[in-house]
Amino acid sequence: MVSDDSAIIVKNISKCYRIGSKENIHDSIGGAMIDFLKSPFKNYRKYRSLYRFDEAERLSSSGDTNQPSDIIWAVHDVSFGIKQGEVVGIIGRNGAGKSTLLKILCRITSPTRGYARLRGRVSSLLEVGTGFHPELTGRDNVYLNGTILGMRKKEVDRKFDEIVSFSGVEKFIDTPVKRYSSGMKVRLAFSVAAHLEPEILVVDEVLAVGDADFQKKCLNKMHDVGRRGRTVLFVSHNMQAITRLCERAILLDEGKVLKDGPSHQVVSVYLNSGYGTMAIREWPDPDKAPCGEIARLCAVRVRNEDGVITDALDIRRHVKVEMEYEVFRPGSILLPNFHFYNEDGLEVFVIVDLDPAWRRRKRPKGTYLSTALIPGNFLSEGTLFVRANLCTLAPQTIQFDVPSAVAFQVIDSLDGDSARGDFAGWFPGVVRPLVEWSTRFRQNGESANDIV
Amino acid sequence: MREADLREECVKVIRPESGWRIADFRELREYRDLFFFLVWRDVKVLYAQTILGFAWAILNPLTQIVIFTIVFGRLARISTDGIPYVLFSSVAVIPWTYMSESMIISSQSLITGQAMLDKIYFPRLIFPLTGVLSKMVDFGISLIILLCIGVYYRITPTWNLLLLPLFIVFMMCIPAAVGIWLSSLAVRFRDVKFAIQFAVRMLIYTAPIVYSAQSIPGAYRIIYSLNPLVGVIEGFRACLLGLSVPWPYIWPGMITTAFLLVTGALYFKRMERIFVDVI
Repeated sequence: MVSDDSAIIVKNISKCYRIGSKENIHDSIGGAMIDFLKSPFKNYRKYRSLYRFDEAERLSSSGDTNQPSDIIWAVHDVSFGIKQGEVVGIIGRNGAGKSTLLKILCRITSPTRGYARLRGRVSSLLEVGTGFHPELTGRDNVYLNGTILGMRKKEVDRKFDEIVSFSGVEKFIDTPVKRYSSGMKVRLAFSVAAHLEPEILVVDEVLAVGDADFQKKCLNKMHDVGRRGRTVLFVSHNMQAITRLCERAILLDEGKVLKDGPSHQVVSVYLNSGYGTMAIREWPDPDKAPCGEIARLCAVRVRNEDGVITDALDIRRHVKVEMEYEVFRPGSILLPNFHFYNEDGLEVFVIVDLDPAWRRRKRPKGTYLSTALIPGNFLSEGTLFVRANLCTLAPQTIQFDVPSAVAFQVIDSLDGDSARGDFAGWFPGVVRPLVEWSTRFRQNGESANDIV
Repeated sequence: MREADLREECVKVIRPESGWRIADFRELREYRDLFFFLVWRDVKVLYAQTILGFAWAILNPLTQIVIFTIVFGRLARISTDGIPYVLFSSVAVIPWTYMSESMIISSQSLITGQAMLDKIYFPRLIFPLTGVLSKMVDFGISLIILLCIGVYYRITPTWNLLLLPLFIVFMMCIPAAVGIWLSSLAVRFRDVKFAIQFAVRMLIYTAPIVYSAQSIPGAYRIIYSLNPLVGVIEGFRACLLGLSVPWPYIWPGMITTAFLLVTGALYFKRMERIFVDVI
């Protein structure tokens, strides 16, 4: 698995940090004053302790699992090997250690233990527009940013025109960057980064910026980079991008490697085992639950066709979104509804409960579970955020309205029987219905009456 | 084939660092383009959107010279070995302005550059060294003052002028050494920012800028000369005014500077790995 010509070898990399501890609270002026006098020494020791981890290392190597309470291991014994040309995604919850691992591999911070070897020129994209200075023109900033990212001046000269045309800011290239809109800044910055030609490219969630159109451009460019045989390490929360770009993914949790394998599998593990976005949200405490004069929300859940609560839904199959609520004041007509938003914040559609059993019926006291069945082969790939709302009709009041109550990912496993058929590229659209097509064919030379 | 060769030579090993090393000179050479661009950026940005532009580089030392001449030259009548006070102070104020300003910028370099420190890797030594080079532009411009004053007093150039490059290098080494030391300390102790401003105000009197070095009693001469500022100022004075170069005042300072430079680089390299974690 790990051979000598691997592009990246990581062995037992670990990094720990010391987190701030509570200040001593005094209950006497005397104590406070003495502490103030002592403080130069205490402060010195505190600052020094920020990077001295001797006792933690000693305990850790002797196998003692009890660590001093103010030490956290951001990355713990991470090992993997990446061959030249592989495109690997790194996923995990916030705080799992992804960014720290990248920083270690980019030599921005140094590991507490372990060993890593990178073969080839490394370009790291941990932020778009690093080093951009508002007073300088776009042209100056391209050179500055390019050299910061590791290009030589000659290289920037060579690629300058390409970079500028990719970004679309040719007209303003000689104006100071402080006059640019934020979108222009991002496009220029990413354009410089997109024209790097490193052997190893390390990217951290930079695709979270820019409009949808530009993001599409960036993803395609990264795809090209991967196809040309470069090694790419890609950290993202966008599962769609991960499954599209990466053949392999590594799941980190609390600093350790949880799973390392084909990206679809790893993404599945991530979404299904309760990590990542929540397909379920419950409010067991009535006092804290969203509530109005008549009803209170108890839970919102997303289930697949088989009834299993899951974050990862197959695009071809039905999705069940349910709302559990308690009515404590009877006598109103209620209208449960769900709003669905995509990753761009666009409201894709709204569904309203028209169940004939309760439509236009005044509701008695009790607990209700309203389930909406969204047909398969309708939703588009990507993340959908669900807003749960319950309102009354006549008078029209809102009982509760919870934005982003739950969320789920719609995944297309590219088996050929979804709406995209055999097309494997970027498939746009906020919905993706599978519709029937019919074709009439007439061979050249036959008369119109012979159409089959 | 060329690409494969390139790949072979760039193998980077990452492991927890330990031990003492001065600096990775090969790496610094690799990043020289970036170094140049960062210096160029600082220079360009400094006077952007100003009306007077680089004339400010002249205004600052010029006002100091005028004030010193009035206060120390006329009112206090400090002896200057027969040299007109304006001349005496201006050959000292110009290098002092450079040294004090670049020391302050250099010592704060890691903190002002935090955003880049956190996101990009390049040799961290570039941070303090950028200030040392970008202020040379101001220095160059303020030499105009010296030129004008020299012409006015009809100073003829002597062979001593050939030693000027040596003293310019000496002059650059001081803020480099101080900057390297202080910037690595400033990452952990923000006190440095206040300490350096306070120190600069005091340091101006430790060098023979407003007074002549001959006023120092002979017994204290060696200790006095350990301050490298003394060496630079005396050296500049001798070169530009055609006096004999007072080496006993200069070589102790050179030793101090070399010592500070080497120890500073060692300490910086050792602390480098924790900058990002502690800043």
